[in-house]
Amino acid sequence: MPDFPPDLRYARTHEWVRVEGTRATVGISDYAQTQLGDVVYVELPEIGTHVEFESEIAVVESVKAASDIYAPVTGEIVDTNDELDSAPETVNADPYGDGWFFVVEMSDDELSSDLLTAEAYEVLCQEEGE
Amino acid sequence: MVDTIFEKSRPSRRAAAQRIEGEVAHQLIPEPYRRTSPPALPEVSELQAVRHFTNLARRNFSIDTHFYPLGSCTMKYNPRGAHRAAMQDGFLKRHPLTPTSHSQGVLACLFELQEILQNVTGTAQVCLTPMAGAQGELTGALMIKAYHADNNDHERTEIIVPTAAHGTNPATASMAGLVAKEVEVDADGDVDLESLKRVVSAKTAGVMLTNPSTCAVFERRIQAISDIVHDAGGLLYYDGANLNAILGRARPGDMQFDVLHLNLHKTFATPHGGGGPGAGPVGANERLAPYLPTPMVTKSDDGYRWVDESERPKSIGRLSAFMGNVGILLRAYAYSLLLGGNGMCNVSEYATLNANYLMKRLADAGFHPAYPDRRATHEFAISLRQEAKETGVTAMDFAKRLLDYGFHAPTTYFPLLIPECFLIEPTETETKEELDAFADAMIAILREAQQNPELVKQAPHQQSVGRLDEVHAVRHLDVTAH
Amino acid sequence: MPFIPHTHADKDSMLETLGIASTEELFDEIPKNIQCDGLPDVPDGISEMSMLRHMAERAHNDTTGICFLGAGCYDHYIPAAVWDIASRGEFLTAYTPYQAEASQGTLQLVYEFQTMLASLTAMDVANASVYDGASALAEAILMAVRVNRKSKSRRVLVPASTHPFYLATVKSIVTHQGIDVEIVPSVDGVTPISDIDLDEAVAVVLQQPNFFGVLEDADSLTTKAHEAGALMIGVVNPMTLALLKPPGDWGDTGADIVCGDGQPLGIPMASGGPSFGFLCTRMAHVRQLPGRIAGRTQDKDGNDGFVLTLQAREQHIRRAKATSNICTNQGLLVTAATIYMTLLGPQGLVEVASACVRNTHLLVDRLTSHPNVTKHFNTPFFHECVLDFGEPADKLQQKFLKHGILGGHPLTGLIEKGEQSMLVCATEARSEQDIERYYEALENG
Repeated sequence: MPDFPPDLRYARTHEWVRVEGTRATVGISDYAQTQLGDVVYVELPEIGTHVEFESEIAVVESVKAASDIYAPVTGEIVDTNDELDSAPETVNADPYGDGWFFVVEMSDDELSSDLLTAEAYEVLCQEEGE
Repeated sequence: MVDTIFEKSRPSRRAAAQRIEGEVAHQLIPEPYRRTSPPALPEVSELQAVRHFTNLARRNFSIDTHFYPLGSCTMKYNPRGAHRAAMQDGFLKRHPLTPTSHSQGVLACLFELQEILQNVTGTAQVCLTPMAGAQGELTGALMIKAYHADNNDHERTEIIVPTAAHGTNPATASMAGLVAKEVEVDADGDVDLESLKRVVSAKTAGVMLTNPSTCAVFERRIQAISDIVHDAGGLLYYDGANLNAILGRARPGDMQFDVLHLNLHKTFATPHGGGGPGAGPVGANERLAPYLPTPMVTKSDDGYRWVDESERPKSIGRLSAFMGNVGILLRAYAYSLLLGGNGMCNVSEYATLNANYLMKRLADAGFHPAYPDRRATHEFAISLRQEAKETGVTAMDFAKRLLDYGFHAPTTYFPLLIPECFLIEPTETETKEELDAFADAMIAILREAQQNPELVKQAPHQQSVGRLDEVHAVRHLDVTAH
Repeated sequence: MPFIPHTHADKDSMLETLGIASTEELFDEIPKNIQCDGLPDVPDGISEMSMLRHMAERAHNDTTGICFLGAGCYDHYIPAAVWDIASRGEFLTAYTPYQAEASQGTLQLVYEFQTMLASLTAMDVANASVYDGASALAEAILMAVRVNRKSKSRRVLVPASTHPFYLATVKSIVTHQGIDVEIVPSVDGVTPISDIDLDEAVAVVLQQPNFFGVLEDADSLTTKAHEAGALMIGVVNPMTLALLKPPGDWGDTGADIVCGDGQPLGIPMASGGPSFGFLCTRMAHVRQLPGRIAGRTQDKDGNDGFVLTLQAREQHIRRAKATSNICTNQGLLVTAATIYMTLLGPQGLVEVASACVRNTHLLVDRLTSHPNVTKHFNTPFFHECVLDFGEPADKLQQKFLKHGILGGHPLTGLIEKGEQSMLVCATEARSEQDIERYYEALENG
């Protein structure tokens, strides 16, 4: 069964957000990595890029699919996980830890109300799986 | 795998096939332009080369060796006569820039092929130069764009494609600087007209359709679609991938398509060559014909000649260094001479008969056609979702196990909207016995999946290699031997 | 019914299985008013014997004689084994290796091809081919713009000494993505490197040797391009790389993308196609390389094998965001080229290239010994050269044809005062006697 850590918020497009102060760390959910299968490449944005909520900002590839990653917050990219370049499998092994994608310095104080709680996101995944 | 040719190489060993007397011409090349270390080409004997590549050939499935029901690819018999016709010295040794006066043979063939293809598609003019289906698509998209620009209609930036479309359709739109917009397909595999009405607008440059569609059914409401798009000021593009289904029976021009491409390597039986070459001639109605690319061939009182942009100022221009894949065009021409108009009508008849027969046999055996209430066209889709749910054996596993039974797998996981999909195209050149044997193999594999799923999941077992790890290939990228 | 194997009994039994009376019923979903009544305007079919007789007449029609034409397509000798093997049914009638385990022959061959092309060009990686050299250049430019994301510019510089049909193809294809192709005029047949303004250029193209056969200063332009933040795209004839400095070694760090046409590597001229285009690049840019790529991997038991790899770049997965719409490549020609390069080896290719250079220099020396004939440019050339003949080239070409000589490519409109100029070429397939016959044709007019 996929894991849904309760301290995170989730986008309907399967990204998770962890907020610490004004910084949001973003990755893809355990459910998403299971659906994708073996991740072989992550195309990350450049540091300094401005991102808008729900805009396409990164791409995650398996051998059979390329999926867009949408920014769950608005702000500026201040850090990216360059380790994924040589070890994309980390996304499968540790999606909420070492498999993070990028960090955004948020320009809004509040997260969008469109982002789901762990409970609501788990329900969404169950519905999708049926 | 067999050793690569580089592992067979030994310093200073040589093949006898080509040795040229005379000095090496380094001194004729000024020093700063010279190469200083030789390229790492293999150094082997002629026999080693011949044996190596002959043995590689034997590790391929092909039409000549196996039933190859790859959906949407029309893997029919490639007549050796057509191959021989194109491999004659007069054709092979003709330089592309030879003056027209000494090119009447090839020009006559190309002109007549243009005419045949106009007849077959119901279009006003055909240009032969696009080198594959995808380049034909790009040609069509650029022609549509040029037409709108010519009418000062610069807001038309969107190309509509069905969700089930081949990936080249949206990729082509992007390449042409247009935006692909998707239209839904309904439960019967037809374009959803309500969805189409919603997506059509003053921004619509055109719509790209395959008919029969990529769902392997005939788009029955093609006239309604044509009206909706044309009324909105858009144009209709026909992707000829599936023309084999309707050859001599229905013509895209009569369905109100404005521009189209054919895949000669599919419908006109030219060899697929392990990935190509193809040929993707483009036809257009009177409205779009002025925008066709160049060169084209015309006939005048003193013979055949090329036509370039000077005579066709609205042309979208040149798409290849010379005249596209002439050698393939000659094979297609030879094939059309062998078949004739009458033979072409038999193609669609028997391609459709074979597909419907095979679909019925598989349905009777408990497999699930994706559109059970529809006729098969020249091909059909089945979904192995239920089998996968019950046995854990996926379409991929079925495909790999089929290889062990001596059949190339059908197209898998396409169209994307049919889960665990097999797209099966038997073509008209296969015997009933071959179709029966394929159906029997599918039934046998289903039984294996129920009784011993691991056997199927670990397939293939009898090929030169076992199931290959595509994830490893990307994570540990190894694309050259040195 | 050519190639259709069904007996009456087969057909009847299949119709019975389907529960229908005739095949007409299978088409009942096609609206009647768009069905056509056969193809009355397409003549009836003929036998293979008749077809081949007809095609032999047509082919015979196009026999021209001794070829001194180059201009992007060359009359090289092709060893017998090349097409004997490439025409085997297992290569000829297979398709894209989607089922890798049933396509190890094609996949391993492509892997070996990629290795050979990468080595010839001194680049890291090659793809499994695109359509031809002209469309390869268009793809190379689109790729350069994707790779050089830091440059906000869309300005691409292409010298006027590039093959004119390549230029035309580039214009047809790349301008639709907002790319601004700027032509750099040439001086005395070469590109004046020091005069080029590279400000805000995203990429620069250089053909070596250029369309006129002339050697360009690729080193200086490469270094200058990199200093200006532009990518360097080399367009090369692979045969010439046996002798010429490979683009991977140009200037400071070498070209970034290399493309060209593979016709000189064992492909018949055949009216210019099918041939194949190739694209090579640095490993850092491999994800922006369009077209198929074969890679070595392992099977489930740890044995080596080959697959198509990095497929997430391609249209069947990434659709509208793919690197290109290309799908079909020129696999059969890649097969022939790989066999050709293997049969020649490094020494054989050097000998072919040397003979081309030697013969063309012999030809130029012999023809310019005629009082009416002079070299148009005074620059070092490889195996093509522009000659001025002192009379209209189009007419002269017809005169030569009467003597069985295909004398060259008239350059009217392609260079200044080109009405009397022809681009001539003598490959390794030309003999001293052939060259002498050309001279006699010139003298006897």
